[in-house]
Parts: sequence; C-alpha cells; structure tokens
Amino acid sequence: MSHGSALPAQRFDWLPLALIPAIALAALPFIPSLPTWVTLTVAGLAMGMMIFMMAAGLTLVFGLMDIMNFAHGVFISVGAYAATSVLLAMKASMQADSLAANLAAIVPAVLAAMALAGFLGWFFERVVIRPVYGDHLKQILVTMGGLIVVEQLIHVVWGPDIIPLPRPATITGSFIVGGAAIERYRVLAVLVGLAVFAAMWLILNRTRLGLLIRAGVENREMVESLGYRIRTLFVGVFIAGSALAGLGGVMWALYQESVNAQIGMQMMVVLFIVLIIGGLGSVGGCFVGALLVGLMANYTGYLAPKLALGSNILLMVLVLLWRPRGLFPVGRG
Amino acid sequence: MAEALLALAGVNTHIGQYHILQGVDFEVPRAGLTMLLGRNGAGKTTTLRTVMGLWQASAGAIRYDGAEITRRTTPERARLGIAYVPENMGIFAGLTVRENLLLAARSGPPDDRRLEWIFRLFPAMQRFWHAHAGNLSGGQKQMLAIARAIVEPRRLLLVDEPTKGLAPSIIANMIDAFRELKRTETTLLVVEQNFHFARSVGDTVAVMDCGRIVHAGRMADLAADDALQQQLLGLSLQAHQ
Ligand SMILES: Nc1ncnc2c1ncn2[C@@H]1O[C@H](COP(=O)(O)OP(=O)(O)OP(=O)(O)O)[C@@H](O)[C@H]1O
Ligand SMILES: [Mg+2]
Repeated sequence: MSHGSALPAQRFDWLPLALIPAIALAALPFIPSLPTWVTLTVAGLAMGMMIFMMAAGLTLVFGLMDIMNFAHGVFISVGAYAATSVLLAMKASMQADSLAANLAAIVPAVLAAMALAGFLGWFFERVVIRPVYGDHLKQILVTMGGLIVVEQLIHVVWGPDIIPLPRPATITGSFIVGGAAIERYRVLAVLVGLAVFAAMWLILNRTRLGLLIRAGVENREMVESLGYRIRTLFVGVFIAGSALAGLGGVMWALYQESVNAQIGMQMMVVLFIVLIIGGLGSVGGCFVGALLVGLMANYTGYLAPKLALGSNILLMVLVLLWRPRGLFPVGRG
Repeated sequence: MAEALLALAGVNTHIGQYHILQGVDFEVPRAGLTMLLGRNGAGKTTTLRTVMGLWQASAGAIRYDGAEITRRTTPERARLGIAYVPENMGIFAGLTVRENLLLAARSGPPDDRRLEWIFRLFPAMQRFWHAHAGNLSGGQKQMLAIARAIVEPRRLLLVDEPTKGLAPSIIANMIDAFRELKRTETTLLVVEQNFHFARSVGDTVAVMDCGRIVHAGRMADLAADDALQQQLLGLSLQAHQ
C-alpha cells in the first residue's frame, strides 16, 4: 500500500547550529585582540547558557498550552532571592577557600531556589493561569499583574535595596589561557548549562514523558484523544520550567554578584527574543537562540555598549527574515 | 438486537454562538461498521468530536457501552476504549512512525503479533518505521493515523473521512484495510464523502443534514435506492464514484 521506494532520509537540521560559530567568527575582525575575543566569547556562551535555563520552561509552556506567561521572570527573581538568603546565612562556608565548604552552601541554596520557584510556579498555574486558558489578551494582562504583585512581595520580604552577593571563594577569579583571561564562574555556567540541556534532551528524546511532551506541543487534542490528560502534563512542565528559571536566577545573581527585585523583569525582553529566534515551543531552538543572544550581547556590549539590546532585536529580525517561524519551527498538527 | 454500543439521544452542540448539532439521534450497533454520511457542513465532524468529548454537548445524552459518557473528559473516553482518527489525521509530524505508535499504546509497547498484523494492513508503516511522520505522503499519514488508533484493541473506532485526498488505487487498499478491521471485535463509525467507499464497507448508515439525522438504515438499502441517495446526498457524492 506504499508508493515511492524510500523517503528522503531524515536529517537533523544543522544549519541553525552553524550560526553560533558564524557569529563568533564574524565578530573576530572587529575585536582588537584575539585574547579579548576569547574572553568575550566565553562570556557570551556563559550568558547564553544562563539565558537558556531561564527560557527553557517558558518555551515549553507556550508550546504545550499556548500560554503567554509574562510573569515567568518572577521565578527567576524568587529563585535568586531564595538562594541569596541561604548564601548570606552561610557566609562563613561561602568565604572558606575549600570547594567542599562552598558546595555546602551552594547546594542548599540552589535547592531552595528551585523549590521555592517551583512551588510558586505550581501556585501561579492554579491561581493566575488556569482561569485564563485560551485567551491571550487576558493572559498578558493577568500575568503582568502577577508579575507586579510578586515584585512588590519581594520588596516586602527582602526589602527594596540591591543586595550584594559575593561569589564563593573557589569560583571567584580567573585563569589565563593563551593570554586570555577566563573567569572561572563563566566556565561553571557553561558546564551547568550544558548539563541542563543534556538532561532536557535525554528526557525529551529518550523517555515516554518526553514523547508525550513533544506530542503535546504539536497537537494537544490528539494527545488527549489518545487517553492522556494534557493538563497534568502541563502542570508538571510548568513547575519544572519554573524551578529551572529559579536555577537560572541563582546563576545570574551570582554572575552579577547582586540581586534586585527587577532581575526577572529585566530578563523578560531577552527571553522573548530568544523564544522567537528559536521557534516557539522548541527547546533546541531555545538553546541555540540563547547562545546567539548571549554572544551578540557580549560582542556589541564591548564594541558599542549602547547597542547591546538593539543588536539582539536586529538579530531576531534577521533570523525571522530567514526563517519566519524561528530557527526550529514546531509543527502544529 | 443487543443494545447498541453507542447511542446519541437529542445531542446538541454549540460552537461559540453557533448551534451546530440540533438534536442528533442515532445508534451504532455492536460490531460492524456504521457509515455517517451527509453534505459538506452537515455536522459529521462535529458529531464525532462531540462523541470524543472534544466539543461538549450542550444538551442530550451520549451512551456508550451501557453508561452515559456525556460529561466525561476526552482522555476518560479514550480509556473506555474509544479511538479517534480526525479529519486532518492529527499525526505528530515531529515524531517518528514508531514513536507515534508507541505513544498510542497505553499499556506498554505493542507485541510482535499486533505489530505484524498492523504491518500487513499497512506495509508502509514497517518500511518507514524510523521516518518522521511529517515526511510521509498523504496516504501514508492516513494509514499511520488509523494504525495509531488500532495499535491496541479498541472497542469503538471513530474515523473521519479516511479516503479524503487519496488516489483511487490507495482507496482500494483502504477498502481492504477496513474490511480486515471489520473482522475484529472493533465497532467502527466512519464519516465519508466517497459513496463508493461507503457502500463497499458500510453495514448500517446514518445520513445527516443541517445538524440532524435525516435517515438511518441498512447501507445496502441506501446503495440500491438511487432516488433516496439523490434526495439525501445530492449530486456531490455521486461525482466521487
Ligand atoms: N470551529 C468552528 N467554529 C464555528 N463553526 C464551525 C466550527 N467547526 C465547524 N463549524 C460549522 O459547523 C457546521 C458543521 O461542520 P462540520 O465540520 O461538522 O461539518 P461536516 O459535515 O464534517 O462537513 P465536511 O463534509 O465539509 O467535513 C458547519 O456549518 C461549519 O461551518
Ligand atoms: Mg468534516
């Protein structure tokens, strides 16, 4: 009952990945020295990894339920603040020049951040998101409202001032490779980002849960018709995505060595750019988009600081001219 | 006659402010294949979607296997043994053929005998086992959509226009596949525009118009009555023969 002898072999679409080295190489002639370029590239990749952690949940939430959550930034902020509280309470072990002692502070801080962000995500989905399923305009208004409320709550709990947050001793400072100074923390951020991406890739591609999520992003009704409750799946993804944003918040706060209540709100513009570049609903696209944005921000931040955000908007426009639905468009059946 | 597997009584469905189904009454007897026919826009797809719970009935009752399911959610209905092949096929384009079928097998991977049976029905499924479903041809997608619905034995199979857009030779294969399906325990309710297909596989028939059932009976009787066909279905279906 078949016709034609064979299908064209299914190939992974490598082209968007090539954009990452392309953008790095394109920047090379403009940067005065090779070591500076190396430093900026590592910084860009580190920033991209952190953006990816913050954005991954948002893209899945949109893909799965068509939800525009403008309040996603609160999970970043809350994660950052929760970790800050833990880290400041464990000052001694943060300042000790021993990895074990540092980890004794960082591990609980990260767990607290992810737990609090995840819990807030659960609460948010029930109270704020659930009543506005299927109505984008209301989603924008209601989630914007939620964002403001949580920001004010952060002021109440942690105060309105910027809180300085020194990095633990063992991941402070930098090392020199071929004349280029590379901050240790940036290497750590790249490693954590890669680990998160690998874990997500494995879950999405090698487990039944991942199969359900990928199918749900394509066609919710069909997943329901096959007997699976998409709502349950969605709540799980929402909580996991919030926890991940919390982790991204901790990483970002330690990167900036301070927290303020706007930390999440400030990231939202960048996150939406990344989602649109990558293709709404695509985790792989989100990863590539985040790295592109991170690199672009660092190169232009060095060459023309005023243009940093503008350059990313330009990047988005160029990508959309090439692929109108983003680098990895997600099929909607 | 034993109680019907599926019975709709006075089912009304609204989509937004539109009143689409306006009191649908009909029964799908156990085993065998019931055709649901009607002109474009008659409400056939809406009827299947209402049975599946993708639209909620605003009035009336849907009984399935002796129990009312009118207020059940879609996943609950699926788990009661109802499978659905939508008009647009609803395959997951980014998943492979294998993944599409694995997802539909709720109680673990299908055993070899079941898979062999499916491959006999639709050999393309075996050949393109690891291909992404989005790369299949239209006919192959239709086969995948049906294969997915029957990857495990189901009680009731709802299929919306399985021959839509298919070449005549593929339609002949589809007729064979449905005849094979009829030999199983599964009851089928099939929406169709192609009268040749309908008369080839249908046992009983219901005809819809303007959101109501306007005729119900044996398929053979309708197939033998040109005047009735003309009156119920107009010329559009004849053109497909
Ligand atoms: N989502 C929707 N919103 C508004 N009206 C709809 C919607 N879906 C269907 N309708 C209307 O409901 C009526 C019945 O549609 P339905 O798709 O059930 O017809 P059908 O018998 O399946 O037609 P066809 O043979 O063309 O597939 C049509 O008038 C259609 O315009
Ligand atoms: Mg239809």
